[in-house]
Amino acid sequence: MAMNFRPEHELHKRRFSRNMGLGLVLVCFVCLVFGLTIVKVTNGNVAGAIAGQTE
Amino acid sequence: MSDSSLHNTVYTDDAQFGDYFALLKPRVMSLVVFTAFVGLLAAPVAVHPFVAAVCILFIALGGGASGALNMWYDADIDRIMKRTRKRPIPAGKITEGEAKSLGIALSGFSVIMLGLASNFVAAGLLAFTIFFYVVIYTMWLKRWTPQNIVIGGAAGAFPPMIGWAAATGGVSVESVLMFALIFMWTPPHFWALALFMRNDYDDAKVPMLTVTHGRRSTRKHIFVYTVLLAVLAMAAGFTSLGGLVYIVTAVVLNVMFLIGAWRILNRNEDDSEQDNFAVERKFFRLSLAYLFLHFGAILLEAGLDRFGMGTWL
Repeated sequence: MAMNFRPEHELHKRRFSRNMGLGLVLVCFVCLVFGLTIVKVTNGNVAGAIAGQTE
Repeated sequence: MSDSSLHNTVYTDDAQFGDYFALLKPRVMSLVVFTAFVGLLAAPVAVHPFVAAVCILFIALGGGASGALNMWYDADIDRIMKRTRKRPIPAGKITEGEAKSLGIALSGFSVIMLGLASNFVAAGLLAFTIFFYVVIYTMWLKRWTPQNIVIGGAAGAFPPMIGWAAATGGVSVESVLMFALIFMWTPPHFWALALFMRNDYDDAKVPMLTVTHGRRSTRKHIFVYTVLLAVLAMAAGFTSLGGLVYIVTAVVLNVMFLIGAWRILNRNEDDSEQDNFAVERKFFRLSLAYLFLHFGAILLEAGLDRFGMGTWL
């Protein structure tokens, strides 16, 4: 039986920029929280933290 | 009264990402970013650059959230004023409910994130700023008193104080002076605008000083606030914010600003009408440079200080 993909709804085309923008904002937010966590946990000394140094 | 008669806006297009961004008043946000950045860097406590950038981002987002809430509440007068008619709500791109929801969500989000990134003194100040701008200024004072600009200006004056608090965890004379600088600068800046954009505020029935107390009184008010501003700007030069660069900048700018205010004071309406408010427009443009250069000088002093080249005597 042949697959029958539905054509993209017009609504998705209209909202593309909005959805793409929101997606990028969410990705940036994840990166930001990750970066903040690294800085807070390592106190800015990433290499030292990897090497197991403590404050 | 049917619901449709309440709003004469027809929502035809779907809002794009840029429309939601416009709700955050990006131009105002740029001032918030700059002054918060200066406050954060001028503080005597060094902050990790990434944490500093994150703090500035959430201070800006908090400012943007209050902008969205302002646009929600003021949608009715935004439809009337020429200057604001193209904003996303009067333009029919975004509904008032959407703006309100976005504003509330971003307010909570930015305060919590700033607290986690720095400390809860800074977060508390940001929360108070949003409350002050939305409730005290937008909902209460703006349509009630011609002193709206004076008291409402406090909301725009908080960002350097929040930046300072993000670094130090507290409030000090320096951060209060940075607050006072913007606070005193706001009235002459906006009243100069009101002198040459008068129809807008008249049409929207916003009680601007020009309408309630007359244009002569507004000219006097501009001059008095400019004198007070000059005193505060010079005082900041004698704290840890100041230095030779700041003092020279402040002297030059304040002399220019005082001359501008003096010229506005000594003009009558006929003179102004004749040259299409050239002096008032020039004063308004100068006010933009005034604030930018004062904070630029504070930033420069902080930079020089970090490299052991502080210029203070």
